[in-house]
Amino acid sequence: MNATAGSALAVEITGLNKWFKTFHVLRDVSLSVPRKERVVICGPSGSGKSTLIRCINGLERHEEGRVVVEGAELTGDEAHTQAVRANVGMVFQQFNLFPHLTVLENCTLAPQWVRKMPRKDAEALAMQYLERVHIPEQALKYPGQLSGGQQQRVAIARALTMQPRIMLFDEPTSALDPEMIKEVLETMVELAETGMTMLVVTHEMGFAKTVADRIVFMDAGEIVEIAPPSEFFTNPKNARTKEFLGQILR
Amino acid sequence: MGAIRKPPRRQLPGPVQWMRENLFSSLFNSILTVVAIVLIYQTVVPFVGWAIVNAAWSGQGREACLPYADGACWPFIIERSGQIVYGFYEQAERWRVDVVFMLLGIGLAWLMMPRLPAKGAVGVVMLTVFPVAAFVLLVGGMGLPPVPVERWGGLMITLVVAVTGIVASLPLGILLALGRRSELPVVRGLSIAFIELWRGVPLITVLFMAANMLPLFMPDGMTINKLLSALIAVALFSSAYMAEVVRGGLQAVGKGQYEAAAALGLGYWRSMLFVILPQALRLCLPNIVGNFIGLMKDTSLVSIIGFLDLLGIIQSGNADADWATPNTAMTGYVFLGAVFWVICYSMSRYARALETKLQGGDAR
Ligand SMILES: Nc1ncnc2c1ncn2[C@@H]1O[C@H](COP(=O)(O)OP(=O)(O)O)[C@@H](O)[C@H]1O
Ligand SMILES: [Mg+2]
Repeated sequence: MNATAGSALAVEITGLNKWFKTFHVLRDVSLSVPRKERVVICGPSGSGKSTLIRCINGLERHEEGRVVVEGAELTGDEAHTQAVRANVGMVFQQFNLFPHLTVLENCTLAPQWVRKMPRKDAEALAMQYLERVHIPEQALKYPGQLSGGQQQRVAIARALTMQPRIMLFDEPTSALDPEMIKEVLETMVELAETGMTMLVVTHEMGFAKTVADRIVFMDAGEIVEIAPPSEFFTNPKNARTKEFLGQILR
Repeated sequence: MGAIRKPPRRQLPGPVQWMRENLFSSLFNSILTVVAIVLIYQTVVPFVGWAIVNAAWSGQGREACLPYADGACWPFIIERSGQIVYGFYEQAERWRVDVVFMLLGIGLAWLMMPRLPAKGAVGVVMLTVFPVAAFVLLVGGMGLPPVPVERWGGLMITLVVAVTGIVASLPLGILLALGRRSELPVVRGLSIAFIELWRGVPLITVLFMAANMLPLFMPDGMTINKLLSALIAVALFSSAYMAEVVRGGLQAVGKGQYEAAAALGLGYWRSMLFVILPQALRLCLPNIVGNFIGLMKDTSLVSIIGFLDLLGIIQSGNADADWATPNTAMTGYVFLGAVFWVICYSMSRYARALETKLQGGDAR
C-alpha cells in the first residue's frame, strides 16, 4: 500500500485477532475508515463491537493483525498508545465522568495535563465545547447533579476538548432514559455535520439511517457485512444480518 | 394530593413523657435502664470523687498528696508538666520546641479551617519546609546549640514519632498500594513481599530490632541514631498498613474511571494523581484516619525501647521515691489516657467533619 493511500485513512484495521484467554473474541477483522467517514457498528450483544472499537484506542490489546490510527500503528508500546489516545476521543455507555470534579474541571483536565495548555486557555476551550453541546450553564456543577442526557453530553464535550481527529462511541444512549436519548443523538448529529470521523456502536437505527456512511454488522467476533444504509436496511446480503434486522426493526 | 396526609402535630414531649418513651418503653428496656444507672453510679461517682473531690490539687512534693489517701495526686502532674511536655530538653532551649509546636498548630489549623485560602500551598509548606525547620530547631545547627536526642522526651517525642509516622506512611502507603496493583511482576512482587513482611511482625518486635540489632549490622564506625531508626521502623510499619487501606480504596473506584482517564490520553501517573487517587482516598478516608489514630497510640511503645515519651516520663515519675504515694501511678496513667484521648478523639471528629464536607461536594 502506498503512503498517500495510507494517510487518507483515519483507521486501518487488517487481520485483527484477539483472544480473552482462550475465548476468540475478534476473528480476522479488517476495516478501513477514510477520514470524515461516519461508521455505525451494530450486531447482537457479545459479538465483539465494544472490543473492536476499544482496540482502536488501545484500551484492549490485540494479539494478531495491525491497527493503524492516523498513520500510527498501535504496537502495545505505552508512550505510543498514549499519543494515539490523544487523537482519539471516546464516549462510553456509562458516561464515566469524574465525579469528584466539576463539569468544567472534567473538560479542562486533559487539555491542561496532556496538551499542557495554560488553565485560562483550557477553560475557554472547555466552555466553547460545553456551548456546543448546549450546557455551558452547568459548567460549575458536579456530574452527580446532572441528568443522564446532560452527563453524556458533557462526556462528548470532554472528549472534544482534546480536539481529536476520530471519535469513538460505545452505545452512548443505551444507559439513558428514552426521553434523553434524543438530546444526545442530536448532539452526535451536529458533530457529524462538522466532518468528524466517527465510529459509533449503537442500536439506534434511525441514527444509523440518517448519519452513517456505512454500517458494519458484527456477529460472533466477525464482520459479517458492511454496506451503506440504503443497502443495509433494504437489501441485506447475509442471513445473519436479515435475522438481526428482523429482531431489531420488528 | 389527597393520599398524602400530614401526621398530626404532636406536642413536644415533657421529660416524663420522654423517659417513658426512651427509657421505660418495655419491661426489658426498663431493666436495662436500671442496670445501666446502677453501673454508671458505681463507676462514675467514685471516679469523680477520686479525680476531683478527694484529690490533692496544690502543694509541693509527696507530702502534699499523702493526706489525700483516696484522691488523685495532681501536684505530681503539675510539678512534672515541664518534663511531660519537653522531657529533659535543656530549659534554656525549650522555646525551640515551643516554636515547632506553634508552627505545627498553625499549619494544621490552617489546613482545617474551611475558610482560609491557599490550602495547597500551606500543605506543601507543611510537608517540605516545616519538617526541615522542625529538624533544625529540635536537633540544633545553623547557630543553634545541639540538643542530643537522649534528652528529648514527653509529649514532644510522642508527637515527633506520630507526626513522622503519619506524614511518611501516607505517601509510602500509596506507592505500595499502587505497586501491589501494578502490572509489572517485579514491582508487584516486591510490594507484596514488603507489605506482608511488615504486617506479619508486631511493632514492638520491629522497634526492638531497630534499637538493638540494627546497630550490630552497621559497618564499623558508623552509628545510627536510635531515634532515627525507631522513626524509620514506625514509618515503614505503618506504611504497610496504610498500603492495604489505600488498596481497598483503589479497588472501590470503578473500572470506567480508569478507562475514561486512559482514553483521554492521561498516562498512568496523571490518571492516578488527578482521577483515581482523589476518589480512592476519599472512599477510604475513615480507615486512613483510623490508621493514624492507631499509630498515635502505638507511639507509646517507644517507651519500651528506652525513650521517655509521654508514657516513659509518667512511668519514670511513678518510680521516683520523691513522689511515692499510693495515688501517683494511677494519677499519671489517668492523665496519660486523657491526653491520648483528647488527641485521638480530635482526629476522629475532624475526619467525620471532612467526610461530611466531601460528600456534600459531589452530591451523587
Ligand atoms: N475483559 C474481558 N474478559 C473476558 N471476556 C470478555 C472481556 N470483555 C468482553 N468479553 C467477552 O467478549 C465478548 C465480546 O464482548 P463485547 O466486545 O463487549 O461485545 P459487545 O460490545 O458486542 O456486546 C463477550 O462474550 C464478552 O463476554
Ligand atoms: Mg458493548
